[in-house]
Amino acid sequence: MRLFGKYLLILFKSQMQYSTSFWLLSFGQFFIPFSVFAGLYFLFERFGQIQGWDFYEVALCFGVIHMAFAISECLGRGFDTFSGLVANGDFDRLLVRPRSTVLQVLGSKFEFTRIGRLLQSSMVLVWAVSRIDVDWTFAKAMTLLFMIVSGTCIFAGIFILMATMCFWTIQGLEISSIFTDGGREMAQYPLNIYQKWVTRFFTYVIPFGFVNYLPLLFILGRTEGNPLLYVLSPLAGCAFIVPCLLLWRFGVRRYRSTGS
Amino acid sequence: MRAYVSVFRLRLANGLQYRSAALAGIATQFFWGFIIIMVFQAFYAQAQSPPPLSLSLSQLITYVWLQQAFLSFIMLWFRDNELFQLITSGNIAYELCRPNGIYGFWYAKLLAQRLASAALRCFPILVVALFLPQPYRLVTPADPATFLLFVVTLTLGLLILVSISMLIYISTFITMSAAGSLLMFGVLGEFLAGVVIPIPLMPSWLKSIVYVLPFRLTADLPFRVYSGHIPKWQALELIPLQLLWLAALIGFGKYAMGKALRRVVVQGG
Repeated sequence: MRLFGKYLLILFKSQMQYSTSFWLLSFGQFFIPFSVFAGLYFLFERFGQIQGWDFYEVALCFGVIHMAFAISECLGRGFDTFSGLVANGDFDRLLVRPRSTVLQVLGSKFEFTRIGRLLQSSMVLVWAVSRIDVDWTFAKAMTLLFMIVSGTCIFAGIFILMATMCFWTIQGLEISSIFTDGGREMAQYPLNIYQKWVTRFFTYVIPFGFVNYLPLLFILGRTEGNPLLYVLSPLAGCAFIVPCLLLWRFGVRRYRSTGS
Repeated sequence: MRAYVSVFRLRLANGLQYRSAALAGIATQFFWGFIIIMVFQAFYAQAQSPPPLSLSLSQLITYVWLQQAFLSFIMLWFRDNELFQLITSGNIAYELCRPNGIYGFWYAKLLAQRLASAALRCFPILVVALFLPQPYRLVTPADPATFLLFVVTLTLGLLILVSISMLIYISTFITMSAAGSLLMFGVLGEFLAGVVIPIPLMPSWLKSIVYVLPFRLTADLPFRVYSGHIPKWQALELIPLQLLWLAALIGFGKYAMGKALRRVVVQGG
C-alpha cells in the first residue's frame, strides 16, 4: 500500500509538469458528462418521467454510475493501456520485480485529469440526494456508499478482463468499449427500462443490476421483504472482480513475451 | 488541384486498411444504437399524447441509426494526432516547404479520413438496420427526391464539419495545447449539433440558439430530411444556407491560417 502511494506521488508530480494542459484537460473532462447530463435534463423537461422514475431518481443513478466510472478510470488506466505494455515487451520488466503484477500495472498510470469527471458526478449526486423525496437513514446512506464501491469494482473488473485478453491477442481490443463506455451509458438509467435480454445480461453476466437497480429500490423505499438483502446486494457487484483477478493470474502464467 | 486529389486518395487507401478496427466499431455502434433507442422507447411509452411538432418514434429511430452509421461525419472530435504533432513538434516546417496551399492540403487529408471511416462502417450498419424487426427498423425514405436531398445535405454537412474542425487545428497554432480547450469545443459543438439529444426534443430557448449556429447543419439537418421531418421545400431553402456557411467558414479558416502562419514559431527539438 505504501508502494502504491509512492507510485501515485511520482505520477502526480510528472503530470504536474504540464500544469496548464492538466487543468485544461480536467476542465474538458468535466464537460463531457455535463453535456450528457444536460441532455438527460432536457429529456425529463419534455417527458416528465421515464417508466415511473422521476428526474431526481435517475439523477441519483447517473451520479453513482458516473462517479464509479471516474474512480475506476483513474485507478484502472494502467489496465486500459495495457496492450502497449505487452506489445513492446515492457511487461517482462514487471515480472522480474518482487511485487504483484496487479499492483504494478495499477501504479503504472493514474489519470488525475479524471478529477473533472469526478467533480461533475459528485455535484449531480449531491443535488439528487438533497432534492430527492427520501428520508435518509444510516442503512440507506451505507447502501449508497456500497453502490459506488460496487460500481467501481465492476468497471475495474472489466478493465482487468480486457487487459487479460491482451495476453492472447497482443493488441488491444476496441470492442471493450462496449462494456466500459457502453456499460456506463446504459447503467445511468435504472435497469428495468430496457428490454428483457439487456436486463438479464447486465444482471447475471456483468452485475450492474446490483448497483443501479436493487439498492436503488431500497433507497426509494419501494421494496418488500428483508431490507438487509437489498443493503448487501451491491456486494454481489464487488464479487465480480474476483473471477477477473483469477483470470488475470491465469493469463500472467500463460504469458509469452513478444521479445521486441 | 491534382495534388489535393492525390493526397485525398492516399489517405483514403490508408484509412481503409483498418478493417478489424472498423468491425469492432460496428459492433460497438450497434450496441449504442440499441441502448439509445430503448431509452427513447421508454420515454415515449410514458408520454400521454405525443408533444406537438415533435419527432415520432420511428423518425427518431431512423435518426439514431443514421447517426450511428455516419458517426464519422458528425463527430467534431475526430482527431488526427499526426497534424497536432506536426504543429507541436516543429515538423510543420516541412509542410510549409511544400509547393501547395497548406489549407487545402490538410482539408483533403481530414476529409479522406472521415470518408474512409464512414465507408467501412456505414454500409453494414445501414443494411442490417434496414432488416431489423419492426420497432427497431430503419425506414426507407419516402421518395427518391427525399433521398437525393439527403445525399446533398449530407455532403454539404460533411464539408462544413471538416471546415469547422480545420478551425480547431488552426487554433492549435496559437494555444500549442492540442487537448483541453479543444475537447470542450468539441463537446459543445456536438451538443449543439444534436448528437446528445435530437434537436427537435430540445426546449425552445435552446432551439433558438441552435438554429443560429452552423453546427446543426452538419448532422441534424440531413437526418431529419431523410426521415421526412423536414419537408422537401424547407430542405431546398436550407441548402443555400449551408453553402453560405461553408463559404464563410472556409474563408475565415484560410484567413486565420494565413495569419497564424505568418507568425508561426517552428518548435525546435
